[in-house]
Amino acid sequence: MSEFDQLYREVILDHYKNPRGHGLIADADAEAEGQNPLCGDEVAVSVRFGADGDTIDDVGFEGRGCAISQAATSMLTELVKGRKASEVAALPKEELLDEIGIPLTPVRLKCAILGLGVLKVALHRAKGTPLPDEWRSLAEDFQLG
Amino acid sequence: MAVTPVAKLDAPKIRADFPIFEQTFHGRPLAFLDSAASSQKPRQVLDAMVHFYETSYANVHRGVYELAERATAALEEARTKACHFVNAPSSREIVFVRNATEALNLVAYSWGMNNLGPGDTVLVTELEHHSNYVPWQYVAGRTGADFRMVPLDDAGELRLDSLDEYENVKVVATGLVSNSLGTVNDGARIAAWAHEHGAIYVCDAAQAAPHKRIDVQAIGCDFLAVSGHKMCGPSGIGFLWGRAELLQAMEPFLLGGHMIRKVGRDATTWGELPHKFEAGTAPMAEAVGLGAAIDYLEEVGLEAIYAHEQELAAYAIEKLGEIPGLTLYGPPPERRAGIVSFNLEGVHPHDVAQILDLDAVAIRAGHHCCQPLMSKLGVAATNRASFYLYTLPEEIDRLAAGVVRAKEIFA
Repeated sequence: MSEFDQLYREVILDHYKNPRGHGLIADADAEAEGQNPLCGDEVAVSVRFGADGDTIDDVGFEGRGCAISQAATSMLTELVKGRKASEVAALPKEELLDEIGIPLTPVRLKCAILGLGVLKVALHRAKGTPLPDEWRSLAEDFQLG
Repeated sequence: MAVTPVAKLDAPKIRADFPIFEQTFHGRPLAFLDSAASSQKPRQVLDAMVHFYETSYANVHRGVYELAERATAALEEARTKACHFVNAPSSREIVFVRNATEALNLVAYSWGMNNLGPGDTVLVTELEHHSNYVPWQYVAGRTGADFRMVPLDDAGELRLDSLDEYENVKVVATGLVSNSLGTVNDGARIAAWAHEHGAIYVCDAAQAAPHKRIDVQAIGCDFLAVSGHKMCGPSGIGFLWGRAELLQAMEPFLLGGHMIRKVGRDATTWGELPHKFEAGTAPMAEAVGLGAAIDYLEEVGLEAIYAHEQELAAYAIEKLGEIPGLTLYGPPPERRAGIVSFNLEGVHPHDVAQILDLDAVAIRAGHHCCQPLMSKLGVAATNRASFYLYTLPEEIDRLAAGVVRAKEIFA
């Protein structure tokens, strides 16, 4: 595999150019937004729960930024749809990174997990649970709100 | 009018002095187009530092033995070189610091904290690097002074015609060359305006000194900040030049060893210039490296370096300008240094930089420590290619080809 292919796998370019779950949801049960001030990546995420109040029935996002940040958020929507909010709130970032499947430098790692950080803030806020320590400093870096 | 021709520099020959170019990245020779962030180092500088460590190293100023005297002489020789490099009246006015940021903080704290107050105006510009912006914003906040910014026009040049709109200006702080757009500012005009209005002029030459001859007496500034690492010198060394009468009247910035005259139980008096501002053990080997970098630049010739970079900037603007969907920022080539900032429609600068890296073309993507400027341009980030004495035109061809490739992939 060429270095280019390692970095920008076809699936990443596909998610970047044709993002899944694109567009915010009206009457969302959980929402948050954040940006990476270092490079200007922006992501807003909204979630609607099912009748049980926990299953993620629908998730949508809007954003702008580099291919990694936007493709990762698009892949994230596919990864979490239909799963329990409580489970996703505790989702280890490695699960998303495995899905992305490319080597990431520390700078690009932040691009890759911006969407996941925003989603976690949205879910924890909706559930009234505290953000795990691992994500708290990241949430400050990302100016989540 | 007789024009003295500037001897063209021989970039391929100069390149051979820089060991970093002996390796390849991704199988290609390195096209290092990020010298505005920090320059590469010629062997002459590295050798001078090693030679100093191997033959002359001891702590300076205090020892009476021969080795310590040799180290002191090396440090002071570097100071003399820095003095001549900016045509300063006296080497007592050269204060060694870590970098231009520290030099500007020194002035903002030691001068600003004691000379600013409510009703005074601190004037910076929309072009400033954070290093000549944040310290002044902070000190203005602490002293109750107003903090204002000279705006830019659409070409990315300072609107100096707006200067008369500001009142009670006590300090004007600007760069000589913008690290983001390459804009070359008219320091002499700003200094003249400042002095007519009873203000001092603090000049950030971090981005100018590596590329252009600097003459503090011709500019007429009151302080000037220089970073060594951007001008072929090592990291960890820079210098502040300041007018002796201002430096003498200022409070010290860092306190401790070496900067004292007499230390008593209740009070301490300060040493003479420049020692009053050089607390602690000096960056000796770094100063020696800076001195060697100055020798290197003088040998190549700053006029030749500037001419080379202007040619490269004009070429880059021409090549990049041919790419549809590419926006160039900043003034025309004749009024800019070797820095070209641009954006590619629909493609984030990080993605452009990553694609270029695969071809061993190193550019910077980001806000370049100029967030107020980015917000003025209405962008979060730009791509920036910057050139130096070792840059070759074919590296600009590789840049343009990589940008086209990024456009094909992402746009």
